[in-house]
Amino acid sequence: MIIELGHFALVLALLVAIFQMVVPAYGAHVRDPRMMAVAEPAAMCQFGLLLVSFLALMQAYVTSDFSVANVAANSHSTKPLLYRISGVWGNHEGSMVLWVLILALFGAAVAAFGRNLPATLKANVLAVQSSIAVAFILFILLTSNPFLRIDPAPADGNGLNPILQDPALAFHPPFLYAGYVGFSIAYSFAVAALLDGRIDAAWARWVRPWTLAAWMCLTIGIAMGSWWAYYELGWGGWWFWDPVENASFMPWLAGTALLHSALVMEKRDALKVWTVLLAILTFSLSLMGTFLVRSGILTSVHAFAVDPKRGVFVLAIMTLFTGGALALFALRARDLRQGGIFAPISREGSLVLNNILLTVACATVFVGTLYPLVLESLTGDKISVGPPYFDWTFGPLMVPLLIVLPFGPFLAWKRGDAYAAAQRLAFAAVLALVLMAMGWAFIHRGPALAPFGLALGVFVMAGSISDLAWRARFGSVPFAEAWRRLVGLPRSAIGTALAHFGVGMLVIGVVATSAYREERILVMKPGEEVRVAGYNLTFRGVAPASGPNYREEVGVFDVTRGGAPVARLEPSRRTYDMPPMPTTESGIHPGWRGDLYVVLGDAQTAGGYAVRIYFNPFVRFIWLGALVMFIAGGISLSDRRLRVGAPGRARRIAVAPAE
Amino acid sequence: MRRRASITAFVMLAVMSATSALAVEPDEILPDPAMEARAREISAGLRCLVCQNQSIDDSNAPLARDLRLLVRERLQAGDTNAQVVQFVEDRYGEFVLLSPPLSWRTVLLWAAPLFALILAVWISVRAWSRRQSQAVATAPAAPLSPEEEKKLREILSAGDEKPSA
Repeated sequence: MIIELGHFALVLALLVAIFQMVVPAYGAHVRDPRMMAVAEPAAMCQFGLLLVSFLALMQAYVTSDFSVANVAANSHSTKPLLYRISGVWGNHEGSMVLWVLILALFGAAVAAFGRNLPATLKANVLAVQSSIAVAFILFILLTSNPFLRIDPAPADGNGLNPILQDPALAFHPPFLYAGYVGFSIAYSFAVAALLDGRIDAAWARWVRPWTLAAWMCLTIGIAMGSWWAYYELGWGGWWFWDPVENASFMPWLAGTALLHSALVMEKRDALKVWTVLLAILTFSLSLMGTFLVRSGILTSVHAFAVDPKRGVFVLAIMTLFTGGALALFALRARDLRQGGIFAPISREGSLVLNNILLTVACATVFVGTLYPLVLESLTGDKISVGPPYFDWTFGPLMVPLLIVLPFGPFLAWKRGDAYAAAQRLAFAAVLALVLMAMGWAFIHRGPALAPFGLALGVFVMAGSISDLAWRARFGSVPFAEAWRRLVGLPRSAIGTALAHFGVGMLVIGVVATSAYREERILVMKPGEEVRVAGYNLTFRGVAPASGPNYREEVGVFDVTRGGAPVARLEPSRRTYDMPPMPTTESGIHPGWRGDLYVVLGDAQTAGGYAVRIYFNPFVRFIWLGALVMFIAGGISLSDRRLRVGAPGRARRIAVAPAE
Repeated sequence: MRRRASITAFVMLAVMSATSALAVEPDEILPDPAMEARAREISAGLRCLVCQNQSIDDSNAPLARDLRLLVRERLQAGDTNAQVVQFVEDRYGEFVLLSPPLSWRTVLLWAAPLFALILAVWISVRAWSRRQSQAVATAPAAPLSPEEEKKLREILSAGDEKPSA
């Protein structure tokens, strides 16, 4: 009964979405305030109905109602509660319901917090946002309906893929979707502005918080996926340049560029045309990610079950929304007036360079991901484009970006002083160069370029500290005064510095763990000891154990360092009951210096077990860096000037003449 | 129903290959560490043909193991790294190489980043210089006439007096 209610709510949500798509847009066209005003309650209503629909499906999962085909195919009664809940979005149909729910949530948030938006812009934004919802709710109802029943109901379900039964992965998809879908707001604003034919700096002020929120979610979502791959897949890899990873990385790169170009537009009224185009492209790349994952044209561990009909449907949605917006852009972009001019060496100039490099990096990932597909469909030739390609092309693009990054915040708007910026960065540069020289002098293994990569990371981190120190005037005013100034800095300035600091951490983690990873692969018998990266590991043996829905063999390793006990690691090999699949759980001892990572392998016929031991130096900096970026985004978002509903200043600017 | 079964098989295959407990097994490792390091380097660039985007170095599929053993066999037979890669490519085709070699088919792939960079810089510079010349064009070209100067002085002095009054 509840499931039928959910189904019904989804159909109603479709009707409300159609209404919300048509009436306010027409109202904005004929300037009818009553017709425009319906957008707000419609957006709330649409969200409410989709929430009912989603909760109905979740209820079926939690109570293990196997008369629902989707639950029977993807859940199991012995699964722990957390994974019964996360199972809702662990499959294609359920994840699409979550997708449209988040879409409607963003729409409702615009309706609720966007009180200071001009009426026509708001009506158009909510109408465009709703058109996306119409397309995807239709997609769910016509090709991927999770509310269908089966008769007779099976006694138990097929279960969720055990490697997906993991806390990090339970929350990876919601964050990822919030990121993908969050960019729909930037898209809707862009299309609405093009429909309206006018755009000004205030537009960027409204778009930036939404873009920032989406970017934060995407950042943490990607990081969670990477973190999960690291400890769950059992060989300590954290990024594989897999097409589906790339599909999430492209919107991230474009979204990062968008954040920076919208800043120029807000502060200086420049880069308007480009920012609008980037807003359209970022969401289009999100749609392409959805298409790639669900069409089955990619072979990937991430891909959902293959169904050509779904692929064609999503392709049609993608073509419609990307093509439609780009056509509108081509028609209207000429009318958008350009604003402030600037010298090449200025804050604007550095942000343009940031945009050039991020966009080219995004294009590189795009070409590398799609080239094999296009080549095969055109000529039938099969080639592989793997990590070496991206190392050779993406890597070199990041070097100039990281070198220039610390200079940006030191340059003034309009016309900057590169020499003064270099002086303020002298400390960071000297620190980085000294560490690089020490690296070349004392580290005698790994690639010769690795110390350079580490130095880049240090330069970016130290540069962002210098940025804050300079803004607070440490050194030129008494310490207490400087501290007071530091605490009083705008939160967006602190957020910027912190986010860049996170980038530096990430670079250090990536370079250190790629270049200096240690590895031992051997057969160990109980009682044997091995030394890796300064740790002594003693293998104590293997014991059986069992969990709620699996049995496992647990290997026990005692770790000591210089004679002192450090940790007991218990890597295991699990076999899940339903579906019956083997998985490995690695044993990890985390530390600032790096992770000791142990994996238990097969029992050997001659006795003993195959064991794989890694030492991954500074690997945690990768995800800590991403976490710091996430927190930095939150700090920026809490800045009064950026706050979603901030009245006052934003309103004054909105009323001010645009041209 | 048949499609359902093939999907299940596909997912199982994908998952099996993803959950490799061990890729390189202890018994595969060569006694000579330098040669083993070369084997690892080569393996990281060869695709496991039955897996989803994994190198043979990362995969525990039986085929990947066979290829790893083949690579080590060729190295022990005295082949150079390039000869080993060529040997594998001759047998399995270009698809096995994770880094596609430059050829007429891949020239666009390898040129794309550089092409995109040049294009992006060119567009930016062009847009920037056009803006700059527009800004110059709209700026007042001629200096103020004597009447205008006089009017300006009047306005400025009027502005000065009022607040003090």
